[in-house]
Amino acid sequence: MQAVADNLFRALADPTRRAIFEHLARDGEQTVHALTYRAGVSQPAVSKHLGVLKRARLVRSRHQGRETHYSAQQQALAPLVDWMNLYGAFWRERFDRLEDLLKRMEP
Amino acid sequence: MNTTSNPPETARSLVVERDFPHPPEKLWRALTEGPLLEQWMMNNDFKPVVGHKFQFHAEPNPRWNGVVDCEVLVVEPFRRLSYNWGVGGSESGMQWVVAWTLTPAEGGTHLRMEQSGFSPEQKGNYQGAKYGWQKFFGNLERVIGEVE
Repeated sequence: MQAVADNLFRALADPTRRAIFEHLARDGEQTVHALTYRAGVSQPAVSKHLGVLKRARLVRSRHQGRETHYSAQQQALAPLVDWMNLYGAFWRERFDRLEDLLKRMEP
Repeated sequence: MNTTSNPPETARSLVVERDFPHPPEKLWRALTEGPLLEQWMMNNDFKPVVGHKFQFHAEPNPRWNGVVDCEVLVVEPFRRLSYNWGVGGSESGMQWVVAWTLTPAEGGTHLRMEQSGFSPEQKGNYQGAKYGWQKFFGNLERVIGEVE
């Protein structure tokens, strides 16, 4: 589980990969050619990014004829949502404790 | 509002803010004096010195050894404090930056905590600014909403 989360965070740490993932999430299944056209980087670069996204289970590929079609797997974002909830709760609790401490401290 | 510390391309992922009826000087002590910091954060060997490497220690659990590896990045007394926040070692772990901003407010201090970035900022990367974390997290809610 931790390895899955690590892969996910690493995969999304790169802005180009986030952009590719967003395109797929927003516009649905696409080929490498279509993604390359929009990404403004070379096709090998896009393929490499797709490989990383695939390992993080953020995209799925499907072969049809000579083309490979990629689609976003939004449910793979779950660890990210968990992370946000976890840390959000963590910091709010710390703020509560800080508030208590400040009351106890001398002015 | 503090407009100097957050250029538009800065990735933002999590912000917690609160007003405290105490002066900035008092909050600064709670943020930077180790024994006080321990009372509301965690056991630590923090020093308010840029470049100082330190650790927070929390109760370990089966998924986490409880150690946060940090390095002080910014010390601007009574105004700004920031450090790296690394969990799980340098290679496979996750790296964030935690930035504290103190702003005098009526009758006290506005405290803002921002935890950002899963890796160092990648300025200059293709569409790095356009597809910053802030936008991504903004979209995330919508994307998740569509799934459910």
